[in-house]
Amino acid sequence: MTTVAATSHVAHAHHDDRSFLRKYIFSTDHKIIGIQFLFVSLFFLLVGGLLAMQMRWQLGFPGKPMPGGGILPDTMAPGGVLLPEYYIQLVTMHGTFMVFFAIMPLLVGVYANFLIPLKIGAHDMAFPRINMASFWSALLAGLIMLAGFFVPDGAPRAGWTSYAPLSARPDLSGASYGQMLWCVSLVFLGLSSILGSLNYITTIINNRAPGMTWFRMPLSVWSLFITAILGLLALPVLSGAVIMLLFDQTIGTHFFDPVAGGQALLWQHLFWFFGHPEVYILILPAMGMVSDIISNGSRKPIFGYHSMVFAIVAIAFLGWIVWGHHMFMSGMNPTLGSSFMVSTLIIAVPSAIKTFNWMGTMWRGNLRFHVPMLNAVAFVAMFVIGGLSGIYMAATPVDMFIHDTYFIVAHLHYVLFGGSLFALFGAITYWYPKMFGKLMSEPWGKVHFWLTFVFYNLVFFPMHTLGMAGHMRRIYDPTQYDFLKPYQPLNEFISISAFALFAVQAIFALNFILSLKWGKKAPQNPWEDNGLEWSLPAPAPHGNWETVPTVYRGPYEFSSPQVPEDYLPQYRKLPTDREPARTPVAGH
Amino acid sequence: MHWWLPLKGSTFAGEIDGLFLAILIITGIAFVIVEAGLLWFVVKYRGRPGRKAYYTHGSTRAEVIWTAIPAVTMVALGLISNHYWVKIKGRNSVPPNAYPIAIHAKQFEWQVTYPGPDGQLGTADDFEVRNQLHVPVGRPVVVHLTSEDVIHSFFVPVFRVKQDAVPGMNINVWFQATVPGTYELGCAELCGLGHYRMRAQVFVHTQEEFDAWMKQAAKGGATS
Amino acid sequence: MAHATATVDMMHPPAPAERGLDVYNNKLGMWVFLASEVMFFTALIGSYIILRFGAPGPWAPPAKVLNVPVTAFNTFLLICSSVTMVKAYAAVADGETHFLRFRPFSGGLKFWMLATIIGGAMFVGVQAYEYTHLVHHGFLPSGAREGSEVAELVASGVVPAATIGLYGSTFYTMTGFHGFHVTCGVISMTYLYVTKALRGKYSRHDYRGVEVIGLYWHFVDLVWIILFTIVYLI
Ligand code: HEM
Ligand SMILES: [Cu+2]
Ligand SMILES: [Cu+2]
Repeated sequence: MTTVAATSHVAHAHHDDRSFLRKYIFSTDHKIIGIQFLFVSLFFLLVGGLLAMQMRWQLGFPGKPMPGGGILPDTMAPGGVLLPEYYIQLVTMHGTFMVFFAIMPLLVGVYANFLIPLKIGAHDMAFPRINMASFWSALLAGLIMLAGFFVPDGAPRAGWTSYAPLSARPDLSGASYGQMLWCVSLVFLGLSSILGSLNYITTIINNRAPGMTWFRMPLSVWSLFITAILGLLALPVLSGAVIMLLFDQTIGTHFFDPVAGGQALLWQHLFWFFGHPEVYILILPAMGMVSDIISNGSRKPIFGYHSMVFAIVAIAFLGWIVWGHHMFMSGMNPTLGSSFMVSTLIIAVPSAIKTFNWMGTMWRGNLRFHVPMLNAVAFVAMFVIGGLSGIYMAATPVDMFIHDTYFIVAHLHYVLFGGSLFALFGAITYWYPKMFGKLMSEPWGKVHFWLTFVFYNLVFFPMHTLGMAGHMRRIYDPTQYDFLKPYQPLNEFISISAFALFAVQAIFALNFILSLKWGKKAPQNPWEDNGLEWSLPAPAPHGNWETVPTVYRGPYEFSSPQVPEDYLPQYRKLPTDREPARTPVAGH
Repeated sequence: MHWWLPLKGSTFAGEIDGLFLAILIITGIAFVIVEAGLLWFVVKYRGRPGRKAYYTHGSTRAEVIWTAIPAVTMVALGLISNHYWVKIKGRNSVPPNAYPIAIHAKQFEWQVTYPGPDGQLGTADDFEVRNQLHVPVGRPVVVHLTSEDVIHSFFVPVFRVKQDAVPGMNINVWFQATVPGTYELGCAELCGLGHYRMRAQVFVHTQEEFDAWMKQAAKGGATS
Repeated sequence: MAHATATVDMMHPPAPAERGLDVYNNKLGMWVFLASEVMFFTALIGSYIILRFGAPGPWAPPAKVLNVPVTAFNTFLLICSSVTMVKAYAAVADGETHFLRFRPFSGGLKFWMLATIIGGAMFVGVQAYEYTHLVHHGFLPSGAREGSEVAELVASGVVPAATIGLYGSTFYTMTGFHGFHVTCGVISMTYLYVTKALRGKYSRHDYRGVEVIGLYWHFVDLVWIILFTIVYLI
């Protein structure tokens, strides 16, 4: 056996003679799969957004015909006026699409796929074909879910949480095939996640480049690793639950049917046992990528790398024992409620650590406000609001009032939109050059950022006020309640801001699409970053490296006194660096 | 429209609002520290050519501090909250002299059963009124909450009370109204297409009014 | 640049570089996959436990509804197939990739793997037989079919009416998904048998497929022992 020492990290584009179909459609290349996920989940993000716009129309202007609503069939919106049964379909599908088909695949499907091999120095995932199966399974799941709108009785109507027995009983919910498709779709989504996760985990454990020790891994990789573990263990629980739900609907089982001894709360326990780890799946990768970007934008090593890793791990551990905080008012034993309250409050601590460490990173930095950095700083600023509002809800007596009100809606949008989505805007801009070889437009990126930031807050901050007034969530027409009538102007304001927020996303879409063709040609390392991916040309070639690079240091050596520049890539060998004990094996 | 919590209409509304305020102060401080800090750093450390950032990997001391303070605060908050929680929703929190009312939720109405003049549920003089909850002021009321079909949630904002009604379960929830008047009861859990209009009126009467209403309603003229 | 030749021990292949665990990828992948399978069955079995303990009445005695002896035999079959799986693994690890040798008599990989496949297939067959039988007698996922034998048992109070619905729901879901897993195992193993074992692709230096499918097989067997105990015995 000859081994090849990694003396060269310069990649040569592999000679690539695969057919178009193998290269771009049925590709097993992790980067192409990531890009496929990107296009598909941006499409579902758009779908989710369109659904939200319709909901906001109804809430802002209840009973008025929606502009353009005339194209909807009479079963949804006769004369453009939304029906209550259509409204709850919108509620359900908006949540479902955003959580399962937009944010989750954007964070995990796109960035776990794209970044893990590039950042740890691997030629590809451990199991490229399983990886491809993971993508197709997710796409299939999304299409099945979308089909819900086109079957008799329309889309499911029980909320993204699908509480039984409403979800289990077509006669009570009014949705039949749609709800079944919801279940089937999530089984495929679960499969996709499990296949993806086992790939990410195996790849990270076993396929790291020489010198890439555990504690030299970028935080993005750490968080994707822990996320994969969460996904691996949480999604099968969801699969089990939705299969039981499907059986209740189709073959007459009684899992959630109290009449025959089943338990309504069993669904909630299963769903949230999955669901809380799921919300961390929806934020940890964002935290990881934000850490990378903030360190880069501050030109400073990440503050407290080890405690950042520790916090991710702690969140992931604690995330398994807090699910009951979604069920304080469900009739669950109140003593259990007490313990879930305490564990939930404790889980806020690692979030606090991370926040302060991000600030510590910026402290005495030399800040560069490129578009990714702007979005990353906004992530911190917004995530804090979401994390802090979580504390109100964790305190059970206060939750008694604000549970199932717009306060919750505000909270989850601060963490998911203010948090995850801002992080994603940053991440997309940041790694776009490595994906497509072009840079997105910087000025338009900034315009998009500022407008989004402003309108986003105008939409979601006032929702705290609505929640404090006792405004229930998922209601079709708030003016039914006298005590909510005075808040109608606020609802209208929120709706108008929401339309604006939606509209300015066109800037992002155009920037994204037009830059593919007309973007500036990207240099190899546009952000002057340290990660291994920047040792590759843009776009990164198939197979990544001829010979994987050797890693000499951690990923955050910015402004190191060892070199005159303010960055020091992981793959750059200084005369004082020793070769790692392991040497790489060539080929893949 | 106001920017604060609604009228305090029950004995524990004040406690809950107080806790809310306490959390608002705690989180407010954290909020200001973080947001102002971010803003300050953004301005102060904005990039200038020819300068290099301060090269450091962290400070254990600082990290211990900002781990310990939130941890202690959170545990304290948990203990305080739990005190109220046990009082409001704990297993044995229902006052023994509470006035019993049964509410059966179904798509999409609240069937309220009153104990009748004898003050006992499950006797012949019980009577049912749809979508109207009448309670005496200043006296604890315990609601026996059940559901016919799916999960609903009993929510009276002015009382700060919320409790899901779960089919197959019989859940007790209590409160004591403090301010006579007419309020609203809403359903807070998505229960189907009529969820948004699953609404009832809440009448908080003085004891005399309540007795009078009871007498009249028991005779069958239950229209408030 | 040297490529792995036949003499490279693929069971301990050269590490790409930093290797977290001294385990080749396929095996690690299977471990990780099984972790998720554990969670899947935990969801099903956990629900069963919660439903059974929270049930509105006593649980039906298994022997009254199910045919325990037949399933006991089936359990024995599955355990035997785990034994043959171990034999297959041991054989290939020793380089014995033949079918049968007579002097001295010894079974090789091809023999033991086939035995395992047959054992698994028989298990699924017996389970299918069991299901048809139960359904015929009126025991359904929704409970007792009206006018059936089981419905009579319910009417006479031998089987509690309040829980027979849950009994059917949990029984068919848990055993059904287990059967589905065995079926997948049989199919995968047949695939490996035909495309690899029969074509002589396994050797002392590379029998990863055998080891990996073996892990799965033992896992499924273990799940069955748990299920058999909680569903058929208690
Ligand atoms: C500081 C950490 C956090 C705390 C203390 C916290 C606490 C809570 C609590 C107590 C609830 C239940 C409220 C109720 O229904 O009454 C809740 C709901 C929710 N949280 Fe958080 N949370 C935190 C962070 C997050 C993060 C990071 C995410 C996602 C990325 C998230 C997403 C959600 C979602 C989606 C819901 C609503 C689920 C629903 O009912 O539809 N939370 N949170
Ligand atoms: Cu949660
Ligand atoms: Cu409702």
